Amino acid sequence: MIEKAVKEPLIRISKKNDTPLVSAIITRVFAVAIGLIICGIVVMLITGGKTSFFGVFEEMFKGAFGTLRKFKLTLREMTALLCIGLALVPAFKMKFWNIGGEGQALMGVLASIAVLKIFPDMPNEMLLLTMFVASVVAGAIWALIPAFFRAFWNTNETLFTLMMNYVAFQLMAFFIVLWESSPGIHVIKPFTIGYLPQLFGVEYGWNIVIVFSLTIVMFVFMKYSKQGYEISVVGESENTAKYIGINVKAVILKTMAISGGLCGLAGFLLVAGSNHTMNTSLVGGFGFTAIIVAWLAKLNPFYMILTAFYVVFLGIGTDQIASSFNLNDYASDAIIGIALFLVLGCEFFINYKITFRKKSNRKEVG
Amino acid sequence: MSEIAIELKNITKRFGSVVANENVSISVAKGEILSILGENGSGKTTLMNMLSGIYFPDEGQIFVDGKLALIKSPKDAFDYKIGMIHQHFKLVDVLTVTENIILGLKEKGKYNINKSAKKVEEICQSFGFKIDPMKKIYEMSVSEKQTVEILKVIYRGAEILILDEPTAVLTPSESEQLFVILRKMKDAGKAIIIITHKMHEVLSLSDRVVVLRKGQYIGTVATSSATELSLTEMMVGQAISLNIERSEPVDPKTRLLVNNVSVTNREGVKILKNVSFKAKSGEILGIAGIAGSGQKELLESIAGLRVLKTGSIIYRNPKDNSEEDLRDKSPLQIRNLGVRLSFVPEDRLGMGLVGAMGITDNMMLRSYKSGQGFFLKRKSPRNLADKIIQDLEISTPSTETPVRKLSGGNVQKVLVGREIAASPTVLMAAYPVRGLDINSSYTIYNLLNKQKESGAAVIFVGEDLDVLIELCDRIIVLCGGTISGIVDGRTATKENIGSMMSTAAILGVEH
Repeated sequence: MIEKAVKEPLIRISKKNDTPLVSAIITRVFAVAIGLIICGIVVMLITGGKTSFFGVFEEMFKGAFGTLRKFKLTLREMTALLCIGLALVPAFKMKFWNIGGEGQALMGVLASIAVLKIFPDMPNEMLLLTMFVASVVAGAIWALIPAFFRAFWNTNETLFTLMMNYVAFQLMAFFIVLWESSPGIHVIKPFTIGYLPQLFGVEYGWNIVIVFSLTIVMFVFMKYSKQGYEISVVGESENTAKYIGINVKAVILKTMAISGGLCGLAGFLLVAGSNHTMNTSLVGGFGFTAIIVAWLAKLNPFYMILTAFYVVFLGIGTDQIASSFNLNDYASDAIIGIALFLVLGCEFFINYKITFRKKSNRKEVG
Repeated sequence: MSEIAIELKNITKRFGSVVANENVSISVAKGEILSILGENGSGKTTLMNMLSGIYFPDEGQIFVDGKLALIKSPKDAFDYKIGMIHQHFKLVDVLTVTENIILGLKEKGKYNINKSAKKVEEICQSFGFKIDPMKKIYEMSVSEKQTVEILKVIYRGAEILILDEPTAVLTPSESEQLFVILRKMKDAGKAIIIITHKMHEVLSLSDRVVVLRKGQYIGTVATSSATELSLTEMMVGQAISLNIERSEPVDPKTRLLVNNVSVTNREGVKILKNVSFKAKSGEILGIAGIAGSGQKELLESIAGLRVLKTGSIIYRNPKDNSEEDLRDKSPLQIRNLGVRLSFVPEDRLGMGLVGAMGITDNMMLRSYKSGQGFFLKRKSPRNLADKIIQDLEISTPSTETPVRKLSGGNVQKVLVGREIAASPTVLMAAYPVRGLDINSSYTIYNLLNKQKESGAAVIFVGEDLDVLIELCDRIIVLCGGTISGIVDGRTATKENIGSMMSTAAILGVEH
């Protein structure tokens, strides 16, 4: 029984405790670079040599920053994504897996459009303010429903928030038909009222200012406020929270109101800041993509500016590649998948060390 | 000495930058009981986990019966006839003894439970176990379950047995029974390794003792030539005195009146049954009992974390003797009443501290709400953190290092330090020295004594009866959720408390 070949395992994986920040950053930069290189090679191969390796990146940059218009669109997308990402931070810090950002933002969109529909004669400032409040409240309510059930009956918030997305989709589809511009077309024509004005002569200026201030506010809120501290304690250990007398149920409800409210705010920005109409794909999956943005940045609002930018850049860049080289959506999705996988995967090398069997040991064994 | 059963040569194991074992070499002969002695964090369990295939050593070799053995998985360990009995039992409650024993075994031939049961019975007879092979696990006491674990490894043909702190869950008399069994197995030629930190067990049971300190191999001594003091000095690395000073309680007044308290768990089973006692200022009230007798639930009830089924918990304010019933009040409500109640829970990182936060933020847990405004004030918690680090000699890279990364002793000091800083009138501590080295343990005993002297009512839940008898003024013995006796710490004996800890004490029958 003991006669079987005795060998030390070839590869062993052990946990690293303290990776210096610099080497962690270098690892991540490497991951981004390798991801882009692989994308370049893949595109080169599937287009059958229609482009050079660097031509691929040229196209990506053209798509994202090629013209001033394109650059503005990139910024606009990024602010929407970042806004939902920031909304998820307090929920995720509390270990409340809110994957209902999509639905909460859609409810924000719906509320804004409802205000436009109901109060078409309001002065613009009042109108915008009403839309803003309605959107935030609608998003908050959509998040409070699962939060309530979780707080009082300990239901699973992941499934609950996910399902709430589909309810929001259907609700919106219903209102689109109800408010359609002419019978049977199932489309609401863009409103001509309720536009966020240009700020300093820049289109989407308000979107940018609101979301970037929100980034700072969120950072300060999580790190320096009493409520942010309570959220972290509840997230780390509900027992400890109870032990020091935090009302855990109240914290769950408050936090989800914030999270959902900010998703609603993203919905408001999507309506008043860019689209002025609604359809079920208006949020465009950002509610889910924002989860990646938030986790890639380890829930740090400032890092999220970078990750939101990278994700949007990849999305727009690969769309450009797809249209330039006659590829379809699947190709661009695959490329995004590869690039993001590498960024996520590099965390393994930051947290773990791999040891290979040493040759000398093998000799001793023999 | 007879034939060597297992030998470890120059074993080294690292976790990241932490060295858990460095160059450890030990051997055990057939028919020998070897104790491995060391403070917590000295690498005892890591070493044994390498024998049982849970870890693989970074350097060094293991020899079984004189042949090089590479143990890569628990299955390999089993092939080498090494059996480990873990501290936490791995048994299926609804199955019988025999079913548990043969679970996962690939025996040749047809599945025949009666044949297996017969074999179990034979083993029982040859070693003198008193166990019915058809009894279900959930009907068994803790010590019976442990016997099943031992049976399991013997049935599988283990020649080398490793026991990880086997007596932690046993009463003194149950421990004695275990030792009888172990001596019988020794006579049958098995090699036995026992991990423990109870000195008297080492002295009464083993043939030789291996001492580890901070992962280093310190030495092996024959038990016959060792004393409690000499072993302790080897463990700690310096001469120490093992005395706890116990002052007379000054002007004891009833501070806490626990009256007829009953608590049920989620399944509706009573965990505490009609518990009544008084805790007085200026004295340390000990709570003895085997693990899981309701100690945790009792303290949590007082702290406002459990819903009482019956009874009341009256707090008598030292200022004006006014009384407050703490029943059905949350920890926050209790604090708002002006009751300075501090609580050091058993599970420090699961309740009491936040592992991912630094010492400063953990200090803030009790005080973050005080003061006006939206923002946190980190200044005074940071000062408190600095003070506690200095006063209690906590070793940490900084006040911002997550407490999860600190050693068990330091984590405990952070928690005890914070709870004492609130200058409590009632201080409850559940197993405050569990996992601590001897020096840290005595630091904690001294801190408790100081609280007693400054007039706090201290409630101390302990597992080491020697310490309880030395430290406490009065001792409550819990058994199966009821109080089976209240004794004076100055006159009580270990045997006396031990007999009250076992179920027989309540049932009034002898086993």
